[in-house]
Amino acid sequence: MPVKAALSQAICQVSTRATHPDGTPYRSIRMKDLEQLCHVHGLCGRDVEIAALEAGVVPERYARNIKVYSLEDQVALLRSCVCVVGMGGLGGTVVEILARLGVGTLLLVDGDTFDESNLNRQFLCREEGLGKPKVQEAARRVGAVNSSVVVHVHQAYLNEDNTLSILGDSDVAIDCLGGLKARFVLEGATRKAGCPLVSAAVAGLYGHVTTIFPADLGLQLIYGDAQSLPPVGAESSLGCLPQITTLFAALECSEATKILLKKRPLLRHRLMVIDLDDMHAEVMDLQKG
Amino acid sequence: MGAYIELKLFASLKTYLPQGAAHFPITSGERVEALIKRLGIPPDEVKLIFVNGVKAQISSILGGGERVGIFPPVGGG
Repeated sequence: MPVKAALSQAICQVSTRATHPDGTPYRSIRMKDLEQLCHVHGLCGRDVEIAALEAGVVPERYARNIKVYSLEDQVALLRSCVCVVGMGGLGGTVVEILARLGVGTLLLVDGDTFDESNLNRQFLCREEGLGKPKVQEAARRVGAVNSSVVVHVHQAYLNEDNTLSILGDSDVAIDCLGGLKARFVLEGATRKAGCPLVSAAVAGLYGHVTTIFPADLGLQLIYGDAQSLPPVGAESSLGCLPQITTLFAALECSEATKILLKKRPLLRHRLMVIDLDDMHAEVMDLQKG
Repeated sequence: MGAYIELKLFASLKTYLPQGAAHFPITSGERVEALIKRLGIPPDEVKLIFVNGVKAQISSILGGGERVGIFPPVGGG
């Protein structure tokens, strides 16, 4: 029997009948059975989960995804690779969400280590983790919440020389950077790589998010010419609060997931702005027409 | 009859928000640049302007009745 058919048969044998909260039935497979199949077949968790979904069996960890996403969507997420640049307030939450959604491969990029001032908003920052590399803590967290996800870490800051190679074959890049100039470095590399970019920035209780495809005008519509950027933005005087970083991390994940699953509409040529101070939310047009 | 706009200032620019911003008087034909000056906002603190939800320029002309949003550069993560 071919390996794939043998695996599929083994998955069906250990799968059980289950029901969604609304009573809809489905076939389910538990983590311990998936781990056993990984061991027997010499495969990683992500690949066995894909095989299960292709056999019509839902890994129980994704059971609450499957009412909105189809089994095919979940397979597409597991086959996807997302590059998350910046492991701070935005990036830490983005990584958490993508891992729990079941995005199969995550490239995590940050050259920084955790500092006490990160504790207010950066979910990857723990008291015990102070001084540790952010990417190391990020990989640890992904392993703790979804060990099926394949993680590659790059403990480096982006520059003109390293960004394109770090992006590799990513399907989407997510800009979770702090500061202004590095965002343009990332955007430049995503253009060369032909990779869509989701970009968010926050200050105080304000944030904005947009989606940029390689041919789009992108960040210059928000920040103007890269050469005339100020050294810092409003965050230097306002700081960043956890409720706004978490909100915009979630919005970035929403955009990234829609790109991966080819769902529309996206925030292309548009900027979603939210101000939690006066609860104002609006989607602005960055280009007329 | 006077002209008015609905003015919103975001993030660090909120310190310049005038009284009655929701019904703020302008001169019909006033440019955004003049409005920014009148509000006392240093021009280099302004990065984005939206008029009625569409990106505008400091040279954009206001006639009254518009919603005007002014934003500083924001880069926190």
